Amino acid sequence: MFPIETFNLTKKFNGLVAVNKVSLKIKEGEIFGLLGPNGAGKTTFISMLCTLLKPTSGRAKVNGFDIIKEQNEVRKSIGIVFQDPSLDNRLTGRENLEMHAGLYGVPKEERKKRIDEVLRLVGLYERANELVRNYSGGMKRRLEIARGLIHYPKVLFLDEPTLGLDPQTREHIWEYIKKLAEKENITILLTTHYMEEADALCNRVAIMDYGEIKVLDTPENLKNSLEGDILMLEIKNGKNFFEKVKKLHSVKKIHIAENKISMTVRNAEKFAPKVLEFARKNKIFVNSISVRKPSLGDVFLHYTGREIREEMGEGKEMMKRRARIL
Amino acid sequence: MSELEGIYTIWLREIIRFWRDKSRIISSLVQPLLFLIVFGGGFSFVRLGSLSYQTFLFPGIVAMSLVGISIASGISVIWDREFGFLKEILVAPISRTSIFIGKALGGCTTALIQGIVILSLSFLIGISISPYSFLISIGLMTIISLGLVSIGLIIASFIETFESFGLIMNFIILPLILLSGAFFPLQEAPQWLRIISFINPLTYGVEAIRFVIIGFSYIPFPISLSIISAFSLTVILLGGVAFNRQK
Ligand SMILES: Nc1ncnc2c1ncn2[C@@H]1O[C@H](COP(=O)(O)OP(=O)(O)OP(=O)(O)O)[C@@H](O)[C@H]1O
Ligand SMILES: [Mg+2]
Repeated sequence: MFPIETFNLTKKFNGLVAVNKVSLKIKEGEIFGLLGPNGAGKTTFISMLCTLLKPTSGRAKVNGFDIIKEQNEVRKSIGIVFQDPSLDNRLTGRENLEMHAGLYGVPKEERKKRIDEVLRLVGLYERANELVRNYSGGMKRRLEIARGLIHYPKVLFLDEPTLGLDPQTREHIWEYIKKLAEKENITILLTTHYMEEADALCNRVAIMDYGEIKVLDTPENLKNSLEGDILMLEIKNGKNFFEKVKKLHSVKKIHIAENKISMTVRNAEKFAPKVLEFARKNKIFVNSISVRKPSLGDVFLHYTGREIREEMGEGKEMMKRRARIL
Repeated sequence: MSELEGIYTIWLREIIRFWRDKSRIISSLVQPLLFLIVFGGGFSFVRLGSLSYQTFLFPGIVAMSLVGISIASGISVIWDREFGFLKEILVAPISRTSIFIGKALGGCTTALIQGIVILSLSFLIGISISPYSFLISIGLMTIISLGLVSIGLIIASFIETFESFGLIMNFIILPLILLSGAFFPLQEAPQWLRIISFINPLTYGVEAIRFVIIGFSYIPFPISLSIISAFSLTVILLGGVAFNRQK
């Protein structure tokens, strides 16, 4: 049995196809990353799996239970950290966690222990008795993560869990998430816009765009699938030089911005001297040259392109951040 | 078992929030008392048989204090939706019906606390309520406020944003109170006013409470009690259905 299994799962909002025939199988104890530009459909996908949205068509099972016919069973076996704020600001941090423990029927004897444990994990133990409205944006986020972990769910959904967190907290959370998957065998579906996070945490990653899964594999395989290294070159003069470089043998993918060019090439170490030689012949002055292995970010851009989504993509993200801060 | 615990949890949250909002407690106590003092004082020349106007008014004030707080607590679901907390509740492994019950009981409890406080102030204006009537009043207040909280919850499941909140408070709560015979004796009211009041379900609540507290009412107690109970039961059921439907 797969803890998460979807078959042609689709969600339409009056004509807009937010999630388009997504079929996935996620294994037990796996940390699965769902990446994609703003508006790709990640949150909508998760909302269907956690029974908050009804799919337009298709099927899905979470922990073996049908998300339409067995909603209560599904809810019992999942935990979720929402992308948008979902705390009660008029309660204290601890009270928010106690509410959650009550709603999920965490046994009374274990409650205090677990709540203390997750509070310590996110570094809020000392301030647990303050009202949440007085917390900073990052503290609220940490509390939400703590809350999602109290009841040791079988399947955990984390929708941009580390949005707005400082690097220290983020590392702590990563470690804990890994531990959960390994020791408790919890299956985790996580979305993030931080590529290094996906790379560090996820066993497998799916890249989603316009509601569809573009590619799905381990981060390692995805990076290797670009078949080459990234060579970046910055020049001082003569931009049409790039046009000539493009035609050079073995250049696979190219991106030009102003006086910089980045390209995917095989054996970049050997190719770099050739490019320099070529530049010298064309009387082009090279400012800098660098070679690196492709990152998950490169893979992401490779499959989703470089345009900002729907123009409002950036603005929406800003609004979300602002909403968190408020 | 876990459903009961869920209901308790949601109930508890309402109580904690109520308790923490001192300004709301005070204002919702002061308002009815102000009515009682100002109207009761201002109309002290009016006598209804052997009753002073203030005595007549008192049960109406008790009912009035229930209306505002009950409906407002039902409608507070809009706030939960706006601030995202509703998602946390909706995704939890308890049924919508339990959420509804928890909310309704929470709102009802806070309204009762308020109602009981006002009821206990009856001695101030020289009304003495026997322990027996006091208990029956609490039962009646429970019935009425459960119905009113349900009305609030029904409204909340139909409107999406809280822009319309003030509108609803003014267009529902105020007419509900004014047209309930809380402030004037129905038998003396002009025909048109009496007809409207008879359509208003709250009228039967006010009349029932009035009978229990001061032993006087225009509508016979068995009738007012049956109508208000039937009404509350209906809106509670409707509320449950509406709440189950909402996304
Ligand atoms: N309730 C809704 N009504 C109408 N359209 C919606 C609704 N929820 C989401 N959408 C649309 O569905 C698409 C997918 O949204 P979704 O929130 O799933 O994206 P996402 O991948 O989570 O993006 P982000 O990275 O910005 O969080 C968007 O175009 C969005 O505008
Ligand atoms: Mg999202």
